[in-house]
Amino acid sequence: MRVALFVTCINDTLRPRTGQAVVTLLERLGVDVDFPEEQSCCGQPQFNTGYRHATEPLVRRFDRAFADHEYVVTPSGSCAAMVRDNFPRIAARAAAEGRGRELAEAAARAVPKTYELTEFLVDVLKVTDVGAYYPHTVTYHPTCHGLRMLGLGDRPRRLLERVRGLTLKELPGAEECCGFGGTFAVKNPAVSAAMGADKVRAVTGTGAEALCTVDNSCLLHLGGMLVRQGSPVRPVHLAEILASTEADVAAGGGPGRAAGAAGGAR
Amino acid sequence: MSRSFLGMPAFPRAADVSTRDTRLRANLTHATRTIRDKRARAVAELDDWAGLRAAGAALKDRTLRHLDRYLEQLEESVVAAGGQVHWAADAAEANRIVTRLVRETGEREVVKVKSMATQEIGLNEALAEAGIRAYETDLAELIVQLGDDLPSHILVPAIHRNRAEIRDIFRREMGKWGRPAPEGLSDSPAELAEAARLHLREKFLTAKVGISGANFMVAETGTLVVVESEGNGRMCLTLPETLISVVGIEKTVPTWQDLEVFLQLLPRSSTAERMNPYTTTWTGTTDGDGPRTFHLVLLDNGRTDTLADTVGRQALRCIRCSACLNVCPVYERAGGHAYGSPYPGPIGAILTPQLRGMAGPLEQSLPYASSLCGACYEVCPVAIDIPEVLVHLRERVVEGGPVTRGGARVVLKPARGHAAERAAMRAAAWAFDHPGALRGGMRLAARTRRLHPRRLPGPGRAWSDTRALPAVPAESFRDWWRRTRGANGNSETGGVE
Repeated sequence: MRVALFVTCINDTLRPRTGQAVVTLLERLGVDVDFPEEQSCCGQPQFNTGYRHATEPLVRRFDRAFADHEYVVTPSGSCAAMVRDNFPRIAARAAAEGRGRELAEAAARAVPKTYELTEFLVDVLKVTDVGAYYPHTVTYHPTCHGLRMLGLGDRPRRLLERVRGLTLKELPGAEECCGFGGTFAVKNPAVSAAMGADKVRAVTGTGAEALCTVDNSCLLHLGGMLVRQGSPVRPVHLAEILASTEADVAAGGGPGRAAGAAGGAR
Repeated sequence: MSRSFLGMPAFPRAADVSTRDTRLRANLTHATRTIRDKRARAVAELDDWAGLRAAGAALKDRTLRHLDRYLEQLEESVVAAGGQVHWAADAAEANRIVTRLVRETGEREVVKVKSMATQEIGLNEALAEAGIRAYETDLAELIVQLGDDLPSHILVPAIHRNRAEIRDIFRREMGKWGRPAPEGLSDSPAELAEAARLHLREKFLTAKVGISGANFMVAETGTLVVVESEGNGRMCLTLPETLISVVGIEKTVPTWQDLEVFLQLLPRSSTAERMNPYTTTWTGTTDGDGPRTFHLVLLDNGRTDTLADTVGRQALRCIRCSACLNVCPVYERAGGHAYGSPYPGPIGAILTPQLRGMAGPLEQSLPYASSLCGACYEVCPVAIDIPEVLVHLRERVVEGGPVTRGGARVVLKPARGHAAERAAMRAAAWAFDHPGALRGGMRLAARTRRLHPRRLPGPGRAWSDTRALPAVPAESFRDWWRRTRGANGNSETGGVE
C-alpha cells in the first residue's frame, strides 16, 4: 500500500520529528510513504480567524498535491478535521457566492481520502499493536478536534494500550479544551492561559513522565507552559510513541526524544 | 438600578480582569461543574435524545423559515382570545410601549417574572426613568437587583455569587425595597429562600401589573408558556390585573404538539430535571380568572436581520437552556459579565453581535471569545453549530461583507485594527501557496534560530508571557525528507511559482 503523508505546517516547521516518526512507523508496518512536496498548510489558522477567502487557494493546493494518492495520512486531528469539516463548507460558500463548483469538486476528492493517523492505523490497516516499546508513564489528552469533530473515540487509547512498557495514567477533566485554539491564544491571552494552567495542573497531578496528544498545536501551547514552569513532564506526539522501539530506547530515547529526534525544546 | 450592559469593555479586556478574580473563578467552577454533571446524567436517561434534538432543530428551522406567517397567525389567535398585540421593531419602541401601558393603569410599581427580553432592551431602566419601579421576583434576579448588579448566567443569573455574599446582600438591601431580611439571617439555603419568599409575597399580593417574558408562544391558539422552578412566575402571571408579556418573535412554535419536544429538551438541558416544577400557560383573558387585561409585545430588535443571514440564523433556534454556558471553558474562566450582554457564554458570543450589529468593539470581540473546542455544539439541545457561526462572524469582522441591518441590505466594512493581522494572514497564505518560498523561509528561520528572542513583541507577547516559545529545529521535515529520501524519486521541484 502507498500513502501520502500530509505532515502539516506546524509539524513541518516546528516538530519535524513527528513527521519522521510517522514515516518510520508506517514503513515498519509495510506501507510505502510519499511526501508530495507541493503540500503546505490546510488553511485552518486563516479560516478560523475569519479569512475564508485566503483559505480557498489552500483547498485547491491540497487537492492538487494529493491528486495521485488514494490515502492521505496526517498526524494532526485538527488538520484532518479542517479538511473533513471545513473544506466542504468553504466550497459551499464559494458556490453560493457564484464562483462555480471547482472548489466543491476539490473538497469532494479531499474529504474521503484524508485520515488522521490513528484512524488510518485502526480503520484502514486494522492494527492496534504496532510493535512499539516505550517504557514510560504517559497521560493522554484527547484534543478537541480529534474528540468532537473527528470522533476519534478510543482509537488513540487502544493504540497506546498495546505499547509495551507504557503505563497509561488517567487525565482528570481530559475532555476539556487546553486553551490553545489557534489565534485564540493570542486574542484572548488571559483566558487561554487560565485554561492552559488548569490543564497543566491536571497533567502534572497524574505523575506521568509524558503528555501525549494527536495534535502538536496543543502540545506547543501546553509544552510551552510546562517548560516555563520548569516541569519535568515532556510533551510527546502519539506518533513518536508508536514509532519508538526497543532499539531506539536502548540508543537513549526518552519521553519526547524518540524516533530520530531532531531539535528539542529549550 | 444603575447598572447597564451597554458600554461594557471588549471581551479580552474584561476577561483579563475577571480571570484574576479567584472567588469568582471558584464560584463558577463549582456551579458549572455541578450542573454539567447532573445534566449529562439527565440526558443519558433518554434513549431518543439524538432524535429529540434533531426534531427540536427541525421544528425551529421550519418555524423560522415561515415566521411571518406564524406571527400573523399568533396575532389573530391572541386577539381572538381577548388579548392585545403590539409590534416593537427595536428596544426603544418596546420600552415606549410598555411604559405607556403601565402608565395607563395608573400604577407606579410592577412585578416581573424573569424575562431575558426585558433585560435585552433595558426595560427596568426605562421604567425607572418614567418613575415606575420594577421588582424582579425570580430568586436569582432578586439577588442581582438587590445587589445593584448584572445577571451573569441565563438560568442562574447570580451564579457569580456564593451564599455568604447573598446573605450580606439580603441583610443590607431588602429593607430598602420592602420587607427587610429576618434578624440573624444565616447563609443556609433554606433560610435564604424563606427570607426571599416573605419579601416577595408582599409584592405579589399588592402588585396590580405584572410583566413577563415567555419561553414559547403557540401560534395556533395564541397561548404563551413559561417554565420555571420557583412558582414566582405563576404568581406574576395570575395575580395582577394587567399582564404585559414582552417576547422575542423567535419564540413562536406553530402548535401545541411542538411543545412535546421542547418541554423534554429544555428542562433536562437547563436544570437537569426530567420536568420543570412549574409550567404556566395563558391564553388571552378569561372572565373571573387571572389578569383582566393582557398585552403581548412582540420584540424584533435585530431578529429579522439575524434571520436574513443564512449561516447566523440558527442562533434564533436557541431555547435559552444555558447548557452551552455550563460546558464552556471560556465562560467558566471569564464569567458572564465579560460578555457585556444578558446573553453570555457561547450563545451570547453569536447572538449579541447579530442582534446589536457589529459596529462596537465589544460586539467585534465576542466572535473571538472561543477556542472553538466544540463542547457547546455537542451539548446544544437544538444543535446550534455555535463554532460555525463564530467563524462566520469572525469573517464579518475582518473582511466585512453584506449584512441586513434595519431590514436593509448594507455592506459592512472590515473592522479597524485588523490591518496588520490581515497583512500577516495574506502573507502566510501566499507563502503556503508557494512551497519554494515556504522552504526558503523555514531554512532562514532554522539558520537564525540562535538569534530568536525568548519573548515576542506586539501581539505575540501574549503568547510568550506565560508559555515558552517553541524552538525552531535545525532542519524542517521538508528538508529532512529531501536529504534522506529525495533520491527515491518521489519529490517534485518546489520552486516559487
